[in-house]
Amino acid sequence: MVAEKFSKKLFSVTLRVWRQAGPAAPGRFTDYPAANVNPDMSFLELLDVVNDGLTIKGEEPIAFAHDCREGICGTCSCTINGKPHGPGRGIATCQLYMRSFRDGDVIVVEPFRARPFPVVKDLVTDRAAFDKIMQAGGFITVRTGAAPDANAIPVPKQDADLAMDAAACIGCGACVAACKNASAMLFVAAKVSQLGLFPQGQPERDQRVLGMVGTMDAMGFGNCTNQYECSAACPKTITHDFIARMNRDYLKASFRSAFKPASSSTGGGAG
Amino acid sequence: MAKLESKVPPGPLADKWRKHKADIKLVNPANKRKYDIIVVGAGLAGASAAATLAELGYKVKSFVFHDSPRRAHSIAAQGGINAAKNYQNDGDSVHRLFYDTIKGGDYRSREANVHRLAEVSVNIIDQCAAQGVPFAREYGGLLANRSFGGAQVSRTFYARGQTGQQLLLGAYSALSRMVGAGGVELHTNSEMLDLVVVDGHAKGIIVRDLITGEVQRHAADAVILATGGYGNVFNLSTYARGSNATAIWRAYKRGACLANPCYTQIHPTCIPVSGDYQSKLTLMSESLRNDGRIWAPKRKEDAKKDPNSIPEADRDYYLERLYPSFGNLAPRDVSSRAAMRMCNEGRGVGETGLGVYLDFADAIKRLGEPAVRERYGNLFDIYHEITAENAYHQPMRIFPAVHYTMGGLWVDYNLMSNIPGLFVLGEANFSDHGANRLGASALMQGLADGYFVIPYTIGDYLAGQKPGSRPAVDGAAFKQAEDNVRAMTQRFLGNKGKEPVSHFHKRLGKIMWEHCGMARTKAGLEEALRLIPALREEFRANVNVPGSGDTLNQSLEQAGRVADFIELGELLCRDALTREESCGGHFREEYQYPDGECKRDDEHFAHVAAWEYQGEGQAPLRNIEPLNYEFTKMSVRSYK
Repeated sequence: MVAEKFSKKLFSVTLRVWRQAGPAAPGRFTDYPAANVNPDMSFLELLDVVNDGLTIKGEEPIAFAHDCREGICGTCSCTINGKPHGPGRGIATCQLYMRSFRDGDVIVVEPFRARPFPVVKDLVTDRAAFDKIMQAGGFITVRTGAAPDANAIPVPKQDADLAMDAAACIGCGACVAACKNASAMLFVAAKVSQLGLFPQGQPERDQRVLGMVGTMDAMGFGNCTNQYECSAACPKTITHDFIARMNRDYLKASFRSAFKPASSSTGGGAG
Repeated sequence: MAKLESKVPPGPLADKWRKHKADIKLVNPANKRKYDIIVVGAGLAGASAAATLAELGYKVKSFVFHDSPRRAHSIAAQGGINAAKNYQNDGDSVHRLFYDTIKGGDYRSREANVHRLAEVSVNIIDQCAAQGVPFAREYGGLLANRSFGGAQVSRTFYARGQTGQQLLLGAYSALSRMVGAGGVELHTNSEMLDLVVVDGHAKGIIVRDLITGEVQRHAADAVILATGGYGNVFNLSTYARGSNATAIWRAYKRGACLANPCYTQIHPTCIPVSGDYQSKLTLMSESLRNDGRIWAPKRKEDAKKDPNSIPEADRDYYLERLYPSFGNLAPRDVSSRAAMRMCNEGRGVGETGLGVYLDFADAIKRLGEPAVRERYGNLFDIYHEITAENAYHQPMRIFPAVHYTMGGLWVDYNLMSNIPGLFVLGEANFSDHGANRLGASALMQGLADGYFVIPYTIGDYLAGQKPGSRPAVDGAAFKQAEDNVRAMTQRFLGNKGKEPVSHFHKRLGKIMWEHCGMARTKAGLEEALRLIPALREEFRANVNVPGSGDTLNQSLEQAGRVADFIELGELLCRDALTREESCGGHFREEYQYPDGECKRDDEHFAHVAAWEYQGEGQAPLRNIEPLNYEFTKMSVRSYK
């Protein structure tokens, strides 16, 4: 594709970037001036350009997480000027364009900060804790091939639409980074709500919420104290109402699991 | 010369798969746990395969280069997934989906594979709905459909504009369940850098832990690659930045044939390029063409004008004019080339002149803005974020961009490559889309391969492998492969050249787009075949990879991938040069009808070209698998 000349006004900014060589190494901020910034450039494209410059100078480029660059994979994870994914609502870092900044701005760039997300290097963090939570119940058990016809179980449109709102979560962890308690409740609530809204999700509803919340606690995420920084930072603007839904589910499941009679059968069979 | 046996079972088309499933060998349940299977990649194909094989009782090791399996680029597919459910009562059937796909592929795919794909499409929807995938529904609670290009029925299931995300998260959920249950050992941040072949069979891989730099050997009874396509050979594409061809390319260098690399798909509706720094192109879903109308100004002079000021009479709705029966839903290759013709005539719009309009004014008049917002709101938002333009008030500017690759590693009907024990699924293989893929069919194929094909066909191979016979990782083949990987890493790090990796990737992309993009010529391809080897030499001499190998080093990762893209790009051009016809996504200017449509040469090219590596500096071998059309008549593909 052809590179074109621009009529747009170019400008300069300073990137103040968190550099940290490894998980155990101390980190610090380093300033990188960036000139000829095009307003139509994405923020990550500016990091690309700065990195190419560092490479040519023989310095090590800034490590940052990114992949799809269209706001859906959930890989990118910078805290920019104190906000996870930076200024702007309902976007991931990769959807932030330089037109959001002005000439002369100093832009502070850090990794998502939360104890359960240790820094791997520079702006890259380890978010494997989210996978662990999913493994503890973020699914409907359905063996491949065992499903009934898709139209055999109607789902009210309102429920399906609400489930889709929750399912839009990209698993980036901005909710955790935005929360002073490093709570993962928006992330967990989104999955619990999505699956709990479907008739198919009912058989495992209790064990799902107990398993996921239990793992969330075990991984070191904090609790919700109702300040809703999470939904404000969420690139998919998932509402904190789902947290209330999850809390109800959790309470009911806790009672039920305490009082529900369980079969004492030990298996085996005739023949 | 590689042996390419398609292993398509005999008998009537509609019975082949059923009969094959009944005939192939099985592994008994108690023996399944004695087999280890490596699955590389966790997109739709990889995640669904890993989950399903683990459910069956196999011991699965899943490898992804991402930090989580949920990041694979299937997540970005927007529009939908086809299935022959005929819930709309509009005349759909398995046969019609089969026929549309065969025709859409310009008669360059295997009939039996495509028919199987159409058959299992219905099971995929059942499976996903049961997993809690939030498909769009009607008010009565049943599933809704939309239309996609290349079909005259409405058979596409969708979840807003995030269908790929929801299907992937469904497969990821299933995979997570099996990881939690101990059936799958998950290796994240692990990039496959070589295939290990022992006594002619694929028995392991070499991976690099991207965080610690540790190079590891892993053995298994079979290896599955589900690592996606190679579209980033063009640098700018709708692929994720990390999408790469390294796994399939290294397998190719170990003897797996690479089939039809020249079949690349250019998607007609992407947001146009804005500048040199650009790292990726963003797709605007094909579903938009259900309600949007594509046009260019009739006169060159109007190209720079405000589109809203151009009167109806001066607009050329060229798809509706050229292809009245399919109109704005003409297939991707056809629509892309038409857009290019408009721009070549000087009627392209936007700052660069490389764009046409996708206009929703009529839809908004007909349905009202809220209805349009409900259908496509998130896509309009994406468009706004990138361009700062409001598509509710002015038409979108769109331009074609590289989006998918139909070519890939050659596989037989069982999805096994010519290396026994090496299976290839999803976009990484070449099997189902021929020379052009229809919209909403990639998701279908990925999940068909992973959920419903490989669980059966892998048993046929494993039943012939004695349990416990898999080789230990201290053998010579493993050592040689590991040494190969280490040497490559050392070479990059020790090079101390002057240019960053991205410099070479951009240059490769420009060569590929210019000479091997939407329209190809003999002279252009020959020029590319001169330029690419020179670029490869320059890359080797002058690339600069800072840092070390024992830590997270993104430049090092990128260097390996770009090295492979440069070599693959050369093979792609070679394939395009030798295929002296136009078909689907492969358009050779020398071979066209007067109206600019593709002119196939069935007499000489109704075959798969499967390239076989012959060693560094040697010309690869072009093997042929003839395509026999027993059940459909090969005809001129027309959408008029």
